[in-house]
Amino acid sequence: MLLEARELSVSFGGIKAVDSISFAVEPGEIFTIIGPNGAGKTTIFNLVSRIYNPTGGEIVFDGRPITRVPPQAIARMGIARTFQNIELFDHASVIDNLLVGCHIRSRTNLLADMLFLPVVQRQEETFRRKVEEIIEFLELEHHREATIGSLAYGIRKVVEIGRALALEPKLLLLDEPSSGLNPEETDDMVHWIRDIRDDLGVTIIMVEHDMSLVRRVSDRVLAMESGRIIALGAPDAVVSDPQVVRAYLGD
Amino acid sequence: MRYVLRTSYRQDTRLFKEGLPQYGWYLVWLALALVAPLFLGVHLVSQLTFILIFAIAGIGYQILLGYTGLLSLGQAAFLAIGAYACVFLEKQGLHFALALPAAALLTGVVGAVLGLPALRLKGLYLAMATMAIGFIVEEVAARWTFVTGGNSGASVPRIEAFGYVLSRDVPFYFLCLALCIASLWFAANILRSPTGRAMAAVRDSDIAAQSIGVEVAQVKTKAFALSAFFTGIAGALMAHKLSFISPEQFTLHLSIELLLMILIGGIGSLRGVVFGAAFLVAMPELIAEIERMLPGGSQPALRPMAFGLLLVLVMLFEPRGINGLVEKITGYFRLMPLYRKGMFARQRGFAKSERW
Repeated sequence: MLLEARELSVSFGGIKAVDSISFAVEPGEIFTIIGPNGAGKTTIFNLVSRIYNPTGGEIVFDGRPITRVPPQAIARMGIARTFQNIELFDHASVIDNLLVGCHIRSRTNLLADMLFLPVVQRQEETFRRKVEEIIEFLELEHHREATIGSLAYGIRKVVEIGRALALEPKLLLLDEPSSGLNPEETDDMVHWIRDIRDDLGVTIIMVEHDMSLVRRVSDRVLAMESGRIIALGAPDAVVSDPQVVRAYLGD
Repeated sequence: MRYVLRTSYRQDTRLFKEGLPQYGWYLVWLALALVAPLFLGVHLVSQLTFILIFAIAGIGYQILLGYTGLLSLGQAAFLAIGAYACVFLEKQGLHFALALPAAALLTGVVGAVLGLPALRLKGLYLAMATMAIGFIVEEVAARWTFVTGGNSGASVPRIEAFGYVLSRDVPFYFLCLALCIASLWFAANILRSPTGRAMAAVRDSDIAAQSIGVEVAQVKTKAFALSAFFTGIAGALMAHKLSFISPEQFTLHLSIELLLMILIGGIGSLRGVVFGAAFLVAMPELIAEIERMLPGGSQPALRPMAFGLLLVLVMLFEPRGINGLVEKITGYFRLMPLYRKGMFARQRGFAKSERW
């Protein structure tokens, strides 16, 4: 098991956003969490990336409990994420956004940086090479220099995934990768997600609303409603599960 | 938008990615700065010295405000600490060559400590906290007479080197020029290395910075320490240039002038710092000239009014300050036949996400 949640709970002032949820994600899996608005999907992401503190239960990543690990240390353990509404560094170029993704591998200190010692120079070249690999992988060559603020929404989504990949993570959390994308861009996204798993061997957990995308890429799907699990299993089975249909459409 | 032809990865790590055509202009400016004392009188050289000193203080401010996004209204405190520490150490018998770095380091350490509120506060609240720190330092400077000489001020010893007394005019100008260039180089290095990128990350989105493993608290502390370090150097130089220091030189007014300098010069750019410093020094001169032409003689309201008006105009029409203007003009000439109207118009960004 790469990631395991054991009876995970969190409540915000009496409302149980996540209510005693247990699931396990295997290495190399594409695991999707679905559910209507307010079901607690993003809350699970925020629990795994340690932005929220769980009120109960435990999260184990790669054999180590991470329930008490500070949020900034999560990236170093090999968990990268994207955000529902894109959190890029808007005033920087695509290259710089990807370079900053290499930050956890930086071994230089302030003084060395200030003098730009040869060791910093070599490190920068290594990072730059890595960034170029990602640019090639995600076909971002045309946008290298562009400031994030000037890019189309769909491209920003890809850049954000690129930045997460620059961390060389074991686990990638994608929060609604297709939101705000047009059908062609969504098709591309299906390919990126598959390629990330197949070529880079990164395990993916994603939250997604687009059922066609969910069916096409997921290995397993977890459906939630009001903080509880209502179905877990193969995508087609979960999506057509009567309880899931009811959760989305009502009675 | 300008495209760089790349031939190696190493090129991207360089200070000037495009080579000579890019730094050629800087060489011209450097040459002008080197020969300036030959042609200019004592007064103008002195003004140039002040530009260099303010530029060093501005580098410190730019790191904090422009690159890390932390608004401080207590920069005058760092100037004061640098100035008093340097003078105190010199009076204890330490040579200037040692007292200056020692004072700068001390200011840096104090900056890191005073930066602690920044870990909790944001935006205007941080501005208020740093403003309070400014008041405290001003008050300490007035009361701690053993070190500072109190309200009656302290005279600054002259710098001696190899048996000669360093003049406060031309030789001191070259000292400031060297330190300013060194500071610019240090700052530029920081900005092209992991430290600088982490700062920009914290500025643009601290939640994203955290998610990629940037230690937000550590980066903010570093930014404060660096800012104080550079401002401390400027403070020590300022003390020597003025030859006399007293607490009323380091008031909130000075902090705000430094802020104006950054905003008018161009936020987020090292070049903008130099433009801003030149503006800050040249503006009062210009106003004095205008006053001479006015019938009523001295107009004390003219200076704050002109500053205020200019700031409003800059914010309205050129938010990236003088540097933005210069970039547009050079861009216009580079693209000469292809320039289209509205090419540099700002694009509206997408709404930022809700914060958790």
